[in-house]
Amino acid sequence: MDAASGVSSIEGIMEEPHVLAVDDNLIDRKLVEKLLRNSSCKVTTAENGLRALEYLGLGGGDRQSSVNDNASKVNLIITDYCMPGMTGYELLKKIKESSNMKDVPVVIVSSENVPTRINKCLEEGAQMFMLKPLKYSDVKKLRCQLMQCRG
Amino acid sequence: MEVNQMQRSFLEYTAALFREGFLDSQFSQLHQLQDESNPEFVVEVVSLFFEDSERLINDLSSALDQPNVDFKKIDAHVHQLKGSSSSIGAQRVKDSCISFRNSCEAQNTEGCLKCLQQVKQEYLLIKNKLEALFQLEKRIVAAGGSINMVEWIN
Repeated sequence: MDAASGVSSIEGIMEEPHVLAVDDNLIDRKLVEKLLRNSSCKVTTAENGLRALEYLGLGGGDRQSSVNDNASKVNLIITDYCMPGMTGYELLKKIKESSNMKDVPVVIVSSENVPTRINKCLEEGAQMFMLKPLKYSDVKKLRCQLMQCRG
Repeated sequence: MEVNQMQRSFLEYTAALFREGFLDSQFSQLHQLQDESNPEFVVEVVSLFFEDSERLINDLSSALDQPNVDFKKIDAHVHQLKGSSSSIGAQRVKDSCISFRNSCEAQNTEGCLKCLQQVKQEYLLIKNKLEALFQLEKRIVAAGGSINMVEWIN
């Protein structure tokens, strides 16, 4: 692979980043999916932390696999904070603990602006914390951040 | 009624909904998400909201009817409803949920019952208004007109 095709493959990823969006609320899932798709992202949604981990191959038990196609394709994870069972914060921790997913940026979203919650997430390695409902300007911000991550 | 008149009514009706606080800017955001690839997006999401809200309101009624009220469960339901209503821009429903959560925190059954009544009322109001709005939009489109909500709202 020469330098030219290496650069274009990175641009390829950035033209259509693959985002995993996790939220227990059906309406919010639908909204974030549309917002991201309209912003040229590929989107996979999950309704809870466990499903998200399974998708990423971090499910645990007999579903666990060290090599997982899905995981390698995901460029960004956006997760709601307040979810029953596993919270977004707990999901963030699990992702940061995994050897192959820890460098994927994780963004936490919440309808509530709670400074202790925000700090906790940022300290655990969240890329950003954003307020719901998300807007186009939020997605734009995220894409800029993503470019910086790779660059 | 001819198309221009219908369009004017539509815009006036919408303006009133914003002015009276039934809807907030998130409702405009919803319209910004709609495009030719999914021209029914707003109607779909709002329909989901109706289904979801009705289910939650029923669950809340049952939960408050129990001999031992589970305030945590009730709070979880109200949190869901607050989230959904906020996401579609149903401001008055969202605000009534905020009060409801305060009653939950205080573990006040009477307060919760009053709040549930309030939430139900606000929900029915916005449901009727949005259904009327969608009906009018349908008639406008059927008569060959169009609604450019986004342009107007901005």
